[in-house]
Amino acid sequence: MSGFRTLLYKEVLRFWKVSFQTVAAPVLTALLYLLIFAHVLESRVEINGLRYTAFLVPGLVMMSVLQNAFANSSSSLIQAKVTGSIIFVLLPPISYVEFYLAYVVAAVLRGLMVGLGVLVVTGWFASLEFAAPGWIVVFAMIGGGIMGSLGMIAGIWADKFDQLAAFQNFLIMPLTMLSGVFYSIHSLPAFWQDVSHFNPVFYMIDGFRYGFFGVSDVSPVVSLGVTSVSFLVVGLATLALLRKGYKLRY
Amino acid sequence: MGVAVSIQQVTKTFGNLKALDGVCLEIAEGEFFGLLGPNGAGKTTLISCLAGLVRPDTGRLKVMDFDVQGDYREARRLLGIVPQELVFDPFFTVRETLRIQSGYFGIRQNDDWIDEILDNLDLTAKADTNMRRLSGGMKRRVLVAQALVHKPPVIVLDEPTAGVDVELRQGLWQFVRRLNNEGHTVILTTHYLEEAETLCARVAMLKLGCVVALDSTRNLLDRYSGHTLSLRLANGDDLPLSIRQQASLIGGYLNFHLASYDEVEPLLAAVRQSGGVIQDIRMSEADLEDVFIDVMRGRDGARERAGS
Ligand SMILES: Nc1ncnc2c1ncn2[C@@H]1O[C@H](COP(=O)(O)OP(=O)(O)OP(=O)(O)O)[C@@H](O)[C@H]1O
Ligand SMILES: [Mg+2]
Repeated sequence: MSGFRTLLYKEVLRFWKVSFQTVAAPVLTALLYLLIFAHVLESRVEINGLRYTAFLVPGLVMMSVLQNAFANSSSSLIQAKVTGSIIFVLLPPISYVEFYLAYVVAAVLRGLMVGLGVLVVTGWFASLEFAAPGWIVVFAMIGGGIMGSLGMIAGIWADKFDQLAAFQNFLIMPLTMLSGVFYSIHSLPAFWQDVSHFNPVFYMIDGFRYGFFGVSDVSPVVSLGVTSVSFLVVGLATLALLRKGYKLRY
Repeated sequence: MGVAVSIQQVTKTFGNLKALDGVCLEIAEGEFFGLLGPNGAGKTTLISCLAGLVRPDTGRLKVMDFDVQGDYREARRLLGIVPQELVFDPFFTVRETLRIQSGYFGIRQNDDWIDEILDNLDLTAKADTNMRRLSGGMKRRVLVAQALVHKPPVIVLDEPTAGVDVELRQGLWQFVRRLNNEGHTVILTTHYLEEAETLCARVAMLKLGCVVALDSTRNLLDRYSGHTLSLRLANGDDLPLSIRQQASLIGGYLNFHLASYDEVEPLLAAVRQSGGVIQDIRMSEADLEDVFIDVMRGRDGARERAGS
């Protein structure tokens, strides 16, 4: 298991060494979102009996967790592939399961770190509650795990940086932006509400938000079920690719 | 001595290009083995198959009896590979790189050995420098160091001296030789054939994915190209055509190609008999480059000459 430990350590050290870009920058981005949206909407919008800022903060935190978990594993893998340094982790006796776990745990850690940063900075502007903190942690971890796995798939699949960018812009961004970070899906027309129910990210955000306020669009148990199954599917898919050595071992 | 590396009938196709075409090789423990061949011959592909980076279409590869697919953990623990491409992880310093690489192999406290490697590769002064700030030759040294962190019994060097200065080349060979003397098996690919000639006791030559020569360096030198006897005569033009035709005239010397020393005496006798006055005489051994060129031309002329 020492291969796993070292690979995890390396992956964490990798983003930590450039934490200005990997942690501080996304925290700033989230803060800007908050300032702008809260400025425009705070006095006009109330959702589920919450002031808009309070509603928005958990959404921004979770969105940061998800996007950074994805960014971590995908950018690490594509960089290693493009520079060729991927061989340093392919030559040692590291199993594909250890390989998977190391990248995903590192991605979750980066996501949590950014998420915590966003929470500390933006929480200052809203009166937050922590109604059910257990759910907060559980959804953050599962969401980070799913996105970390998707990041691995994207990083393994992409041969060039622009392919990775396409994956991010056409899949990850729409899924996260249209998941109810900025609005409650109950405010949407019926058709779009139905569509949103097919977006797993909606359940991650909704369940995460439940942890703060104890209110949500769907029951947190349903969200837990949907996200767990999504994690299982994405995780197994990633493991299958790694096992085959898809685009890693020719 | 056991078998360090066994390669059986390995075939690998990329698209419609046969990079490896039924390669069979067996390398004994403790050997210093050369893998030679022109660009694109399949050397790196073969090494990648051994390392598990490339999966062969058919055939089996074993490292000390461990299958590189089935028992990949053991096989990889026994192998140290210096890749041909100059790759590095720009996030880390030299020492971090080596510590991390040790960890991948399950070694926690490796600083003594790391220091020794750094010293032998003349990298001590750069230990805490970021990989990005090293010169090309220094990055190459780090690649060698990375391959050695886990003291692998089988060391594979894929063109380790490309772009490396003379001093380090000497130092590197001294170090690798020492490791070989201590029992490590060494497999080397290089385009510097004099390097291979002095270091490798046995070589395989690869061409278009096939092994076209496999023998001890000594035998190859003897069998393929024999020796060259160069004569400068006071009156070279007077020699009968029958003798002159056997030689090529280069820089005032008549060069006779001989398969063995036995042919020296009859030739000299013939020259003397026809009134030739010898001013200078030189004997030179064929070098691996001659053999290589002969083999790669694909005509087995040298072999026939040696056999006749
Ligand atoms: N990943 C790959 N995809 C497609 N073709 C490849 C791949 N790797 C190698 N080849 C081809 O296989 C053949 C053998 O390449 P290889 O790198 O093994 O040669 P080599 O003997 O190491 O040459 P060199 O001396 O230049 O390093 C070449 O024709 C090369 O183009
Ligand atoms: Mg090569």
